[in-house]
Amino acid sequence: MTAPTAPSLQTGSVRLVLLVAQREIMARLRTKSFLISSGILLLLVLGGIIFGSVTASTPDNPRVAVTDTALLHGIDVVDPVPVDSVEEAEQLVRDGDVEAAVVADSSNDLGLRIIADSTEPRSLMLLLSQTPPVELLQPDAVPGGLAYLVAFGFGIVFFAAGMSFGPTIAQSVVEEKSTRVVEILLAAVPTRVLFTGKVLGTSVLAFAQIALIAAMAIVGLTVTGQDELLVGLGAPVLWFVVFFVVGFVLLASLFAATGAMVSRQEDIGATTTPVMMLVMIPYFLVIFFNDNPLVVGIMSYVPFSAPVAMPLRLFLGTAEWWEPLLSLGVLALTTAALIGVGVRIYENSLLRLGARVSWREALAAR
Amino acid sequence: MLVRFRNVEDDKGGFMLQIRNLDKRYGTRQVLTDVSFDVLPGRMTGFVGGNGAGKTTTMRIILGVLSSDAGTVSLGGVPLEAGGRRRFGYMPEERGLYPKMKLQEQLVYLARLHGLSTEHATRNARELLERLGLGERADEPIEKLSLGNQQRAQIAAALVHDPEVLVLDEPFSGLDPMAVDVVVGVLADRAAAGVPVLFSSHQLDIVERLCDDLVIIADGRIRVAGPRTALREQHATLRYELLTSADTAWLRDQPGIDVVEFDGDYALFDATDDDAVQRVLREATARGAVLSFARQHPSLAQIFKEVVQ
Repeated sequence: MTAPTAPSLQTGSVRLVLLVAQREIMARLRTKSFLISSGILLLLVLGGIIFGSVTASTPDNPRVAVTDTALLHGIDVVDPVPVDSVEEAEQLVRDGDVEAAVVADSSNDLGLRIIADSTEPRSLMLLLSQTPPVELLQPDAVPGGLAYLVAFGFGIVFFAAGMSFGPTIAQSVVEEKSTRVVEILLAAVPTRVLFTGKVLGTSVLAFAQIALIAAMAIVGLTVTGQDELLVGLGAPVLWFVVFFVVGFVLLASLFAATGAMVSRQEDIGATTTPVMMLVMIPYFLVIFFNDNPLVVGIMSYVPFSAPVAMPLRLFLGTAEWWEPLLSLGVLALTTAALIGVGVRIYENSLLRLGARVSWREALAAR
Repeated sequence: MLVRFRNVEDDKGGFMLQIRNLDKRYGTRQVLTDVSFDVLPGRMTGFVGGNGAGKTTTMRIILGVLSSDAGTVSLGGVPLEAGGRRRFGYMPEERGLYPKMKLQEQLVYLARLHGLSTEHATRNARELLERLGLGERADEPIEKLSLGNQQRAQIAAALVHDPEVLVLDEPFSGLDPMAVDVVVGVLADRAAAGVPVLFSSHQLDIVERLCDDLVIIADGRIRVAGPRTALREQHATLRYELLTSADTAWLRDQPGIDVVEFDGDYALFDATDDDAVQRVLREATARGAVLSFARQHPSLAQIFKEVVQ
């Protein structure tokens, strides 16, 4: 009897990983809840952009009666209505045809007087008042409000992806355990292949959803004429994408591994909560401390918050050119190490049905 | 390492599955001790044992989903490495497929995981579904199938990739007699094509009807392994049944005869040798008409009890 020959498994492994990933994606795309939640998310983004464009569009300038248009020299946010006399101006104000009137008056230093109906037109008063020139020695590169918005934007995208797709992959792992199909799968493919395929499939779905949202946001902002918001975000957004891809694979691996430790969907929370915390805590730290350079600086190197904090620093211009590279290196190394740990937990836990697998058992070397 | 086998269609000689000196303990509990047996190509090997005797553990180790503390599993003389079981067909004791996936789609997926092309996988899935009477259910999700049909689907999942070795844990549990016949037919075909088939069952009558070889395990140790016929010979006794037109009480006084059961004209007895048997037959015909005189073969259930005790 001739001995069986043993060809290489290399090319086969890649094919199998893709096959597992493909099933993962198809299964998810067929669930109604996924399609509905994705649709809602897209509508929310679109709605936000439209809402922003409606509220931001400037209303018509207020009409102001003037006896001499030179009085409003240098002020272009009002609609001057020339009149011949002070009486005519007063009449227009009384009739409500204009918000107020500005008439020449040599009895004060300003050489003019405002006529209004019942309340002082404060905005007009400010426009006509004189302000001394101000020189800032250290001007802020970015207004504080915008920094908060960007931090919030990066944060919510990473947070939402982690919170929605993380538990999804954990559920998918538990489904294979609770329906026992895992034993057939493991008889056919190595554990690593199954793990890699599931993480890859879920990650691809997450990236696709985020990319769709981003494309929708960019198109929406451009169409509604708000594209000035995009200026200056280009490079930080590209960095965010790179960090997001690596950081999400890290999260997905941890969710897959901790999901494998339980046998029933109801028990998922017990082991995935620590991973949940790893998603949530950095998110809140970056949001709340986005104006604290020390905290943001530290967070930009901590692997779980780097995908949010480092692009924020790049946007604020507080990071040197080499810093994102270093941070990305730290993140990539951590991801590689934790995938190793994840595969071990997964291997140790997958066939342990019934009671929850303890952390010690899950991490034990085989 | 992936192990490629000879195409079983070329010749009817597949590879022998050899299990050697398996030890396994869970914590302090020893569940397998020095388990060794062979599963020959082209033969159906029944694997019998009580609950917790170690059948499922042994099968999981053969499939590589569980690692043993010691011992080897080899095919055609080559020890199996992790991942070397892609041409194995496995039906685990814990049944389960993806509940929401459509039947045929799921079979095609599993066949592709085992290395088949999509076309080949689809063709095999269709054929199996037709043969198992599930042709009309091909596009239904597993969770919509009746329990009996889910069981058939599970068998299809074990066979869809043209496995060259079959390991089936309780393949007949939950099947009605008709379905048992269908599955027996499918398995017999595979065995006839040179595939070694190992199956466990607690339905000893089915095992008795079906298997060529028998392995009996108790408390994690192999008690008996070998051809069923040889086992039967080995455990055969000179037990006879006698039914006459007259009373059979005289049997008690015959030398070399031990009456096991007695009921007027009926008796069941053990004889010490063939001469004693012939004497009884002569005596019986002299005393009246002999309606029935037959040797009793021990059933598998009897052998099993004897071996396990």
